[in-house]
Amino acid sequence: MTEIELWIVMLLALMVLSAAVMVLLVKNHVAAVAAASVVPLGLALLFVLMRAPDVAMTEAAVGAGLSSLILALALRRLGLWQIDGVKTRTNLIKTQSEGHRNA
Amino acid sequence: MRNLTGLLFAGGLGFMLLAIASGLDFGAPPMLVGGAIQAAAPQETGATNIVTSVVLGYRGIDTLGELSILFAAAASAGLVLGRRHTTAGTLTEGGFVLKHGGAMLFPLLLTIGFYIIFHGHLTPGGGFQGGVILAAAFFLPLLARPGARLHHGMLSVIEGFAGSSFILIGLAALSEGEAFLQPMLVQDALGQLVSAGTLPLLYLAVGLKVGAELAGLLSHLAQTESEV
Repeated sequence: MTEIELWIVMLLALMVLSAAVMVLLVKNHVAAVAAASVVPLGLALLFVLMRAPDVAMTEAAVGAGLSSLILALALRRLGLWQIDGVKTRTNLIKTQSEGHRNA
Repeated sequence: MRNLTGLLFAGGLGFMLLAIASGLDFGAPPMLVGGAIQAAAPQETGATNIVTSVVLGYRGIDTLGELSILFAAAASAGLVLGRRHTTAGTLTEGGFVLKHGGAMLFPLLLTIGFYIIFHGHLTPGGGFQGGVILAAAFFLPLLARPGARLHHGMLSVIEGFAGSSFILIGLAALSEGEAFLQPMLVQDALGQLVSAGTLPLLYLAVGLKVGAELAGLLSHLAQTESEV
């Protein structure tokens, strides 16, 4: 592993760790899901740098794509999909008004 | 007090990880099986991607177990989520970018998904990764047009066909007098698209099964109604 790769790895590790801490700290559920999907993304890049492209593809597809999608769909199901408490109409999936009332 | 306990626990965990990691020799595996497989795999299975030859050749029955676990997980999720479909029209349509971007991405995602599945024995990738991409391709139109439905009967047929053909290929090897799921018909064409005998067929079965299963699960999750 060359010098520059080592620096990239350190930067990625910092990004992953700060995203993981952010999941715990942010109040907004949507922001937490977004931060949680940064962790597998950084991990996938780390896997590429460590010469494991097969694992990296799985991590990117399943970890970053599928599991964050499932988290987002679960949020919508629980009626927690809202940005800054505003009943916004510009998000990925439209929520129903019934969901917001109980949120 | 609870914060202090948590801090102590995190510190102890970090110390333990550091102590274990400092003793590890990174890049020098203590097991000998990896080197042996790397030396023998291209000749024995005909696959240039060693990972594929391990996943489907040397450890094929583990992959079968993985598939059955995935099937059980998807089936139980479907059981919990129930059958309460939203009536079309309660959900508004997606925006312009999502609708047309989704329509434009669908063939591209389909192509790259099948590319990754068919080249699983040559380059990194394979049935699991390609299957997830196929599931994403079929889920994207559902986001744009919430009224649209996936044909669940068709998905079940594809899934059952793929799963049973995986087992049938394994049984075919058994009937030839080989071990269960042992790679057969290995051509002498290392690095060609049509090579590695039954491995690409197995990966195609895995990809179709994973794709059908996950697409069904996602559409179930998106289209069933919550209790409130």
